[in-house]
Amino acid sequence: MLGYIIRRILFAIPIALGVSVVCFSLVYLAPGDPLQTVLPPDATAETIAIVKHAYGFDRPIPVQYVLWLWHVLHGDFGRSIATQRPVTLEVFGSVANTAMLALFAVPLSFLAGFSMGAVAGCFPGRIMDRLVTGAAVIGVSLPNYWLGLVLVIAFAVEYMVLPASGMGQQGSAAFNLFHWSDAKFLVLPVITLAMIPIGIIARTTRAAVAEVRGQDFVTTLRAMGLSEAAVIRHVLKNSSPQVLAVMGLQFGYLMGGSILVETVFTWPGSGFLLNKAIINRDIPVLQGTILALSLIFVATNLVVDLLQATLDPRIRRA
Amino acid sequence: MSKTATLTDTPLPTDSEFEGAPATPVRGYWQSVLVRLSRDWVTLAFGVVVLFIICCAIFAPLIAPFDPYSQSIIGRLKPFGWRNHPWGTDELGRDLMSRLIYGGRISLVMGLAPVLVATIVGGTLGVVGGFAGKIANTAIMRTMDVFYAFPSILLAVAISGAMGGGITNGIISLSLVFIPAMCRVAETATAQIKNLDYIEAARASGAGTLAIVRHHVLGNVLGPVFIYASSLVSVSILLASGLSFLGLGVQPPEPDWGLMLSTLRQSIYVDPLGCAMPGIAIFITSICFNLVSDGVRAAMDVRE
Repeated sequence: MLGYIIRRILFAIPIALGVSVVCFSLVYLAPGDPLQTVLPPDATAETIAIVKHAYGFDRPIPVQYVLWLWHVLHGDFGRSIATQRPVTLEVFGSVANTAMLALFAVPLSFLAGFSMGAVAGCFPGRIMDRLVTGAAVIGVSLPNYWLGLVLVIAFAVEYMVLPASGMGQQGSAAFNLFHWSDAKFLVLPVITLAMIPIGIIARTTRAAVAEVRGQDFVTTLRAMGLSEAAVIRHVLKNSSPQVLAVMGLQFGYLMGGSILVETVFTWPGSGFLLNKAIINRDIPVLQGTILALSLIFVATNLVVDLLQATLDPRIRRA
Repeated sequence: MSKTATLTDTPLPTDSEFEGAPATPVRGYWQSVLVRLSRDWVTLAFGVVVLFIICCAIFAPLIAPFDPYSQSIIGRLKPFGWRNHPWGTDELGRDLMSRLIYGGRISLVMGLAPVLVATIVGGTLGVVGGFAGKIANTAIMRTMDVFYAFPSILLAVAISGAMGGGITNGIISLSLVFIPAMCRVAETATAQIKNLDYIEAARASGAGTLAIVRHHVLGNVLGPVFIYASSLVSVSILLASGLSFLGLGVQPPEPDWGLMLSTLRQSIYVDPLGCAMPGIAIFITSICFNLVSDGVRAAMDVRE
């Protein structure tokens, strides 16, 4: 097991480095000079040279990358061009807000998706199966930003039971999860965000349950005279590692992919920050946010793989 | 194939039976796929809807009741049926139905083009990676692993955000999102057949690498790649309209479903129904492509 852990971590390091190279090169994808936004349009050649030197843009690109990586490893992503605040602070606060959404959306989607998929998998071809399969297709085909708008129309405009956007009057700093007046801001974004994972988890569970039900040990259990409920308990237990792996990956996707939903609900998370950085052409914030989110994604993959290996010894040997 | 003739209870076939046509017509692979598809009425029905959407987009100038660009200051955000506008007007007084019909053109192109590019580029890289030596394989596949380490929408937003909005940049960034996955599918399929005996036989009889790839490898790789590509179309349409929704894809005043959703969103309190329309268009298109792709996958899966 220890060998597997070490191998898996060693495999993740080059990927993380590659991710940092991609994030770094985003500056050079941007049209024009990266300094265009900070420099006044009538800057003299001398001023440009001084600023370029201050930001390190006059050095060769590989040297710039190493310097940038060195700062990043020390937790220094530079300063935001728009607000002049350290990027680390901005990214940290917003990633925490996104994590709050994901931490509620993932268990919700697991509960809903797993129970739907389990019912469908236990009665293949029956009406419940058809309903669940249909609902799962709808879940993955629905543009979730549109669903967010529809929920806002229904619950905030027509009935006015839930707030349409934001995090409350005090903003994210004073957000108290245990007060309904604040927590109700979570309801609509979390439901919207959970829609795609519910579809994916329901599909995975259905496939896993159907597959396990066909295995020989289930026939043996039946032959031994176990009740149907007991057989189903065994089947669900055996199909759970696969579902848990998918659920873990969904957490990573939700952390990195909530930009659309956060924009709809103006939730001050990482996606919202990313959107602001793109509009302001604030490249350091763009780089920092994307690097943080993709590293979280890499780390989630790593944790999921290790957990799966703990649950299923066969994987360790592969 | 289910019946096996035993010597005792079946009479020996006569010569004429041997010479005549076989009792069941033998179908080729693609023919049997078509036969299975033609029996799957759900897939056929949704396929008809997809065709209808594509036709609406192609013949938009003939179908659309109004000019999608002509604005009217007095006719803004009008409800359904206002002065012959069947679905009302948008925030600049443009006819909503015409814009939705025209919007299908750009949305479909933004959805299909990245899949096409990714299939060609990713598929080629995958076949090369699977068939070439170890060094090329490692170089290609490890690079792909890095791009695989980004959640798809994040990578698309990052590249489009850095390069700036626009249809071309949107297509480029979505293609980059799909290439790694496509490359993996093609590489796996290539690696599976690479060491089979008939490839070895072809090589022994003097066929060059290019000839082997063209005659023996491509046919086996195209199936999985096609199945995967068809499942990507719906994802691509969702992501493309998502990019436009964020202002990173199609730019105004072009009609596009994602962009319309984002501009109509400002008037959600005035005209909630009109605001929901572009989303319905995206949803119907995406779910139809999804179900057709599921049907095609089932028809092409020989294992049943």
